[in-house]
Amino acid sequence: MTEPAPSDARLKRDLPLVPPASIAGRALIALIAIMTFLACLTAGGAILVAQASQGWRADVARDVTIQIKPRPGDDVEAVVAAVAQAVAGAPGVADAHPYSKSESEALLAPWLGEGLDLGELPIPRLIVVHMQPGHRDDLAPLRAALASQPAASLDDHRRWLARLDAMADAIVLFAAALFALMIVAMATATGFATRGAMAGAREIIEVLHFVGAADSYIARQFQGHFLRLGLKGAAIGGGGAALFFALAALLSAWNARSAAGGEIAALFGAFALRPVGYAAILAICLAIAVLTGFLSRAIVFRQLRSLL
Amino acid sequence: MLEFDNVGLRYGLGAEVLRDVTFSIAPQSFQFLTGPSGAGKTTLLRLMMLSLRPTRGAIRIFGEDAAGLDKDKITALRRRIGVVFQDFRLLDHLTTYENVALPLRVMERAERGYRDEVIELLRWVGLGERMNALPPVLSGGEKQRAAIARALIVRPELLLADEPTGNVDPSLARRLLRLFVELHKSGTAVVIATHDIGLMDQFGAARRLVVGEGRLQTFEAESP
Repeated sequence: MTEPAPSDARLKRDLPLVPPASIAGRALIALIAIMTFLACLTAGGAILVAQASQGWRADVARDVTIQIKPRPGDDVEAVVAAVAQAVAGAPGVADAHPYSKSESEALLAPWLGEGLDLGELPIPRLIVVHMQPGHRDDLAPLRAALASQPAASLDDHRRWLARLDAMADAIVLFAAALFALMIVAMATATGFATRGAMAGAREIIEVLHFVGAADSYIARQFQGHFLRLGLKGAAIGGGGAALFFALAALLSAWNARSAAGGEIAALFGAFALRPVGYAAILAICLAIAVLTGFLSRAIVFRQLRSLL
Repeated sequence: MLEFDNVGLRYGLGAEVLRDVTFSIAPQSFQFLTGPSGAGKTTLLRLMMLSLRPTRGAIRIFGEDAAGLDKDKITALRRRIGVVFQDFRLLDHLTTYENVALPLRVMERAERGYRDEVIELLRWVGLGERMNALPPVLSGGEKQRAAIARALIVRPELLLADEPTGNVDPSLARRLLRLFVELHKSGTAVVIATHDIGLMDQFGAARRLVVGEGRLQTFEAESP
């Protein structure tokens, strides 16, 4: 009597042609996970700094400051009021806020101490002018309005802005260089792992050749194998990095009221990665997995070409 | 189908292991390749299956000059050749079913399309109960049968078998030989490398290619 064919569920088939579990494979997953974690931390850190610097720049760039240096015999309050009035009517100005005597004292208190009487010192007074959106770069009307006020001088913060720009750009460039180095290190490690896997699978490759497998087919098998390893490693590393940023945001929010928390918040904002940051981590993970797969395919293909 | 013309082969700077080998394999023919151990039978088979290039002479296979073949062409030609290795060369991480189905799988044919065919062949060679077994748990004879089934599954035009009955008992050896003879009758040219004289005597209508001291002698088949 003929035995019935095994049912689909009973027949084991479509197992990967490159053995999925190996010590080298597990080591590569660990390496990719660590490198992805570090790459995501670098990228996330750069994004945080970029976000924070955008905030600083927006704050500083929106305002200009008018400094009033009283001359002997001037009624300071009258000069400040006159300048504020002149400036408030200038085109492009949204709002002008003269610092009152008490506000100026409070501003200088950290350096000169409490209970200061500015009336006894020739301390300049400040007027903070908020510009309307789109008028920040055209300060000519404001300068014209100040032309009749010899005690007033305009500070447009350009020097500070240039320094902030340079610092933020340097941090982002440094992060990009670190990121590139990590990718190169990972690509090199993947290359070694692929060659190792090929050496270990030499017999498999030989058999595949003899049964009529094309080089492109064999290379695809290795690509799939390394893509799976890359996805696993990148998911572990990227997941770890996302968890790190989520925990850091929680801790930062919890710690925000302390002095140290304030310093960190000044540099990194609220230390909270926006959704675009998490999307970047996801994109990095996918890119790393795809890079691992394609790189191994290219190496396998080149090595196969040298075999008969 | 396969022609060797004054073929010589040396490894590196060593002496020639094969010298002035000239013979041809006709379509639908049956021949034993024999000779003492180490005489060069396996090397000759490797030249036939295009895994070695000769250092001199010319090989023509399926009408093509082997020297001018690119890799894609070699792949296409190998799909017309079935090979049974002396050491089986089964992939240990694949089941018996998958090992036998491998030549069809690498042609990227749908599994559903060849499943029944593979199962039928596995039953024919007595491995119907071992389809899901991995090679490391198969006996020598079972591995041999799986290796033969893998070579036959594509119904090759040329079958090259290196000691295909070396690991099986005499009754199974006779059954496997019958399988090769049937394959030959259905149109496949068969080359069996063996030094089993008993096996060769069971099929006297086969030509004998005898390798010795690097040279090849041909003895035509006995008249029926």
